[in-house]
Amino acid sequence: MTTTSSTRLEAARAALTSACGDVTDGSPADAVDGVPVALVARPASTPEVAEVLRAAAAHGLTVVPRGRGTKLSWGQPPEQADLVLDVSRMGAVLDHAAGDLIVETQAGALLTDVQRTVGSAGQRLSLDEAVPGSSIGGTLATNMSGPRRVAVGTARDLLLGVTVVRADGVVAKAGGRVVKNVAGYDLGKLVIGSFGTLVVVTEAVFRLHPVPAARQVVSVLFAAAADAGRLAQQVVHAQLVPAAVEVDWPADGPGAVHVLLEGTEAGVAARSAALVELVGGRSAAGDLPAGWGRLPWADAPGTALKATFALSALPAVLSAGRDAAASAGVGLTLRGSAGAGVVYGALPADADVTAVRAVVTRLRQACTAAGGALVVLDGPAEVKSGVDTWGPVPALDLMRRVKERFDPERRLAPGRFVGGI
Amino acid sequence: MSGTHGTETTAGPVLGNVAPEATSATGEPGDNGAALEAVGRVARAVMPVTGVIADPTQLRTYECDGLAHYRVTPALVVLPETTQQLAAVVRACSEHGVPFVARGSGTGLSGGALPRADGVLVVTSRMRTIREIRREDQRAVVDPGVINLDVTRAATPHGYYYAPDPSSQQICSIGGNLAENSGGAHCLKYGFTSNHVLGTELVTPQGDVVQLGGLAPDAPGYDLLGTVVGSEGTLGIATTATVRLVRLPQEVRTLLVGFPSTDEAGAATSAIISAGVLPAAIEMMDALAIEAAEAAVHCNYPAGAGAVLVVELDGASAEVEHEYAQVEAFCREHGAFELRLATDPAERALIWKGRKSAFAAVGRISPDYIVQDGVIPRTALPEVLRAIAELSSSSGVRVANVFHAGDGNLHPLVLFDESKPGAGEAAEKVSGAILDLCISHGGAITGEHGVGVDKAAYMPKMFTDDDLDTMQLVRCAFDPDGIANPGKVFPTPRLCGEVPGKRKKAHPLVEAGLADAF
Repeated sequence: MTTTSSTRLEAARAALTSACGDVTDGSPADAVDGVPVALVARPASTPEVAEVLRAAAAHGLTVVPRGRGTKLSWGQPPEQADLVLDVSRMGAVLDHAAGDLIVETQAGALLTDVQRTVGSAGQRLSLDEAVPGSSIGGTLATNMSGPRRVAVGTARDLLLGVTVVRADGVVAKAGGRVVKNVAGYDLGKLVIGSFGTLVVVTEAVFRLHPVPAARQVVSVLFAAAADAGRLAQQVVHAQLVPAAVEVDWPADGPGAVHVLLEGTEAGVAARSAALVELVGGRSAAGDLPAGWGRLPWADAPGTALKATFALSALPAVLSAGRDAAASAGVGLTLRGSAGAGVVYGALPADADVTAVRAVVTRLRQACTAAGGALVVLDGPAEVKSGVDTWGPVPALDLMRRVKERFDPERRLAPGRFVGGI
Repeated sequence: MSGTHGTETTAGPVLGNVAPEATSATGEPGDNGAALEAVGRVARAVMPVTGVIADPTQLRTYECDGLAHYRVTPALVVLPETTQQLAAVVRACSEHGVPFVARGSGTGLSGGALPRADGVLVVTSRMRTIREIRREDQRAVVDPGVINLDVTRAATPHGYYYAPDPSSQQICSIGGNLAENSGGAHCLKYGFTSNHVLGTELVTPQGDVVQLGGLAPDAPGYDLLGTVVGSEGTLGIATTATVRLVRLPQEVRTLLVGFPSTDEAGAATSAIISAGVLPAAIEMMDALAIEAAEAAVHCNYPAGAGAVLVVELDGASAEVEHEYAQVEAFCREHGAFELRLATDPAERALIWKGRKSAFAAVGRISPDYIVQDGVIPRTALPEVLRAIAELSSSSGVRVANVFHAGDGNLHPLVLFDESKPGAGEAAEKVSGAILDLCISHGGAITGEHGVGVDKAAYMPKMFTDDDLDTMQLVRCAFDPDGIANPGKVFPTPRLCGEVPGKRKKAHPLVEAGLADAF
């Protein structure tokens, strides 16, 4: 609920309008995870974002940054959302330096637009589009990645520089436009996965990779979690350099481990033959398996889980999830990177809170025991209020202190993040 | 000012665009007397007598790191053996307002471990246990004082290695690597320390022990680990590191290629990268650097070469074979007159010996030299190399070039003879001008050696006041009193003001039942 009085809101609207020109009333569609939004500002440049944030600060508005809105309901609902700061008008891919394998882009650019631009030179930003329609800013804010993280890592491994605007409207840059740089603090890392609670990202520079000439997928079916674990271990300890090692286990039916090999034509053929000899299964050129890289809740939104763990705990995590779901009488679909130790889970929207809580608790035990965590990324309102969605977070006190320094008035997406940050 | 600032040294790399006094990085001896005594008492209470050094002669052992031009004798040196001991000392520093500086093996090249005359030097060399090699998780957990190469040695029997390989890998420590975000020849393909450290146990500047990251990726919450790596000891001291182990490649091919000049070698590098080949390393040395290496280690590089490339390809055999053919073709196309493929580990080691010894080898051809560390976009390489050559000829200062060509990280070695009046100043001018060149080409003032005390004055050339102020918000969150390696990285410290909601936990030793409150 907004507590902003209507007169204050009118004054704020006037200030925002002079800051960026494109200010509208929030519609029901703008609500952030059920929290109504009074105003939406769409600045067109970094200086306009700064003006908007200064105006918001002057008028005491809480602000939720938004890219393309595909993951805005992730995390906890904000305590309040007076203003949505929408960066979708900042959608330009600013510079593709093909010879240097870097790209500079505005935060509102679609990941697909970036890929199209750099793809024309046979290059790619090695961040898979896990959620269709994602912007660069939203991908960074939620630290989303996909299957190819096994070979090239995630946003933290690819982001070279950022331009951000602080809650007080100060514009700052960190990093740079070169692949190697240790000058100053790496604020880019701090921004990744911060869910819009620290600063507003307006521009980003990434390193790129060449698109390989060929690819092939080797798929092996499994019936039990232990088999998936054995397969994944065989694959990661082989010297075949997989680009991705995915596990996919639908709620009903057998699971599969898919291994993506990328490289030269001859190299990929030889490596996939060697892999089939090692683990069995089938090898298919070209097309990726159905559902590849899509989050398991993509087709049927429900409760969205993210499990992280040390690699060898894959079978323990898979079986904890499946066993808990079976005892709670709900279906759990699991899909993710067996090669990186990240598996996403989907529970149906109509699963009751007790069942969700039971699955979350069991999975969290398994993940925590394996040095990881279980986070409820998204879910129905009753799940978010009835389940510990973020779970225990080490060093939370230090994180709070970082938030207090950057956003002492708790203006940016208050309450959305870990520990109520 | 302290009388211990040595300007007499000529043995090591020399640099000094700003004297440490001018950065207020070193403190005054004799300051903090009572506070230092209190910290000393705590240190002696929690660790063995040999772990606390206050004797002036012994203290001088620690007066500099790899940037030997700057020397400051610390007031107190402690060598803790455990996290609890280290945390107790840091907590005492916090309580008494005493600055502290962390030091691993002391090989850093930017003065990041330059001690404080009014502070404590915390040396991690007695924390040298490799705690776990977890092959099944592709991770190792190690103490901060563990030597970089020892991680690889411990992992190799399991078919794994630790990828970041600074030239000093035989002596540099993982904790120091973490603080500096160290690179190495192979970061072109495998990335830097920040890509390979997945977790750390950190003693904060207030003496709290926190775990950041760990065996699993994507820990929920802010990625504090990512900010701590490369923060040069200004956000705390790492007491363990959880690192990624990389599977040993099926095949490695190391190629030494002679070119008439750096222009051809640079063009070949661009051709290789543009074709989508990603070698593990592409290193370049120019004629002067080759001459030095030959004099020092007799690496037998191609005679008459104006430049050599060391190209290393690794991975699955089927891919390496194909890439090798491509690289060979590009090199020949761009004027390579000699190609040598190392066919066994001994030959490979000899090729790398020339490159890895290059910095020290320059001592054979010049009594003094400055090691520079700047980064440019790779495509600017020919232009910047020509500009460096012009700088050199117009100033009469010789510059040897050794660098990571694949990622545009230059290490010009600026040669001079300090016994000649004005030579040191002329060399520093050229060295500074090279950094200006890097900045004007959109690059960075340091690619892997760090800012430390050495380049703090250059930070405002690369970043605005607002940029630096924003970075220091992180500093204020971790270290509101500014006692962790003060004077390094930032040219002007930020006053942090009151800490909102400051909370102090029970002392770790008290918590563990090991000690009463001090």
